[in-house]
Amino acid sequence: MAEYLILINEDESSYATASPEVLQEVMEAHNRFAKQVEETGGSIVSGRALQPTTTATSVRGDVVTDGPFAETKEALGGFYLVEARDLDHALEIGKLCPARFGGVEVRPIMVFDGM
Amino acid sequence: MTGSTAGDLPADAGPSPGSGAGKDRPAAADAVADAHRREWAFVLAATARVAGDLDLAEECVQDAYVSALEAWSQQGVPRNPGAWLTTTARRRAIDLLRRDTTLRRKLPLLVEPAGPGPGAAAGEEGSGVIPDDRLRLIFTCCHPALAREAQVALTLRLVCGLSTAEIAQAFLVSEPTMAARVTRAKKKISGARIAYRVPAAPELPDRLDAVLTVVHLLYTTGHTAPGGGHLVRDDLVDRAIGLARMLRLLMPDEPEVRGLLALLLLTDARRATRCAPDGRLLLLEEQDRSQWDRPAIDEGTAMVRAALRGGRPGRFALQAAIAALHARAPAYQDTDWRQILRLYDLLGRAWISPVVALNRAVALAMADGPEAGLAAISDLEHDGRLAGYRYLPAAKADLLRRLGRADEAAQAYRCALELTANQPERDFLTHRLAEVEPSG
Repeated sequence: MAEYLILINEDESSYATASPEVLQEVMEAHNRFAKQVEETGGSIVSGRALQPTTTATSVRGDVVTDGPFAETKEALGGFYLVEARDLDHALEIGKLCPARFGGVEVRPIMVFDGM
Repeated sequence: MTGSTAGDLPADAGPSPGSGAGKDRPAAADAVADAHRREWAFVLAATARVAGDLDLAEECVQDAYVSALEAWSQQGVPRNPGAWLTTTARRRAIDLLRRDTTLRRKLPLLVEPAGPGPGAAAGEEGSGVIPDDRLRLIFTCCHPALAREAQVALTLRLVCGLSTAEIAQAFLVSEPTMAARVTRAKKKISGARIAYRVPAAPELPDRLDAVLTVVHLLYTTGHTAPGGGHLVRDDLVDRAIGLARMLRLLMPDEPEVRGLLALLLLTDARRATRCAPDGRLLLLEEQDRSQWDRPAIDEGTAMVRAALRGGRPGRFALQAAIAALHARAPAYQDTDWRQILRLYDLLGRAWISPVVALNRAVALAMADGPEAGLAAISDLEHDGRLAGYRYLPAAKADLLRRLGRADEAAQAYRCALELTANQPERDFLTHRLAEVEPSG
């Protein structure tokens, strides 16, 4: 098994204007996701949701600035670290991952020698 | 890594009796060249399984070909050159892995054990049977997680054994650019852990479509070279047909594999007649049909029939059926445009593509007259997806010319010229433009 990070990139403004029902649906989809991942034979190592980019602060050298590193329509809003057999399996999990206002990016975790 | 010497010879793949022990270097060189063309994919695919790394496998296979020249000159060409090369390359890989710990630490290619199936029986070292891993290799090269241009480059490099310089030349990019493209794709295969396997049944249709698309793209790139002085690049066309034949051998029951091979054979049957001796482009209506390759047309037609038999034909089988109707018409005037139009309607449903819609518009013009075709092309122009596609203004220009609307035709020919880099095509368009332009 190998580890992959699933980065959830979505349009933040859609969340800001979503109704409570929609937010409830999103929450339920994420709860279901954990079970679906196990059904594929994979597992979730960890997962987190992030506060919106309006809360981000960038640091470059000694300079501290308000806001994210790069302004984009879709921003990283959360992630899952998962275990999968190979890329095909990780992509299968990626397709199950809820991201109704955007999509996900699947990145393999780097493995270092002797660690 | 240097080439291994004749001392590394595998004991169980010796020379065939009666092949002579003389130092016949030219014969050996021919045999090596032949084995490079025929066996490269098999040898590399089988070596990748034990090497666990595509770069290492490539190096070992190249070394095996180098030592083959020496060994076969000395001892004659073995009965089964592919087995000799595979055994040599695999031994070299195992040897290097044993000696070199940094190679062992590389992220290994994810190879599943050979399952039951043709060529996969019993199969590892010792049994003498080498599993046929060519399908794994080609599905790995054409994995959807790789960009299309990387899929094409990897297929030419790993499945066809072309050098980076040759691939760069075929696609008109610099050698360092192509080398970087190939390296990045290989790194993604190991880094992202793209498995070395044939996809399972549920994913197979989509994954096979990607493989067939790559082979078809190779063919079309060769069929009308993207630039340069020749209309056709024979090397790419031959490679594409070779790949389609290989797929047909390895997946004999897939209708779309049959469809693709039939399409390539039927289109290629016209290769010799697409240009006049002076290099001028000849249209379908001007081509000498007696010079078309009859055996290829017969083989392709039989294959189309088989591909259509299964019901719900796919896009390659339908394109092949259209090509078969053209190929079998005794003369251009005998072309069954009604039937071709019906096939384009089916194709448009199986494959939603503006290029298909453009071809349908041309068939419609032949069946119902140029005005009908022009109306369809006009819709496509408004759609916008074909902006920059040279065959749209070229087709439009031809219909306007046939309607005698010279000024509009001239304008469309000029548009087409701006988008065309292939010299024979440019000459053709320039000639047509001169015909419709008001004199003076």
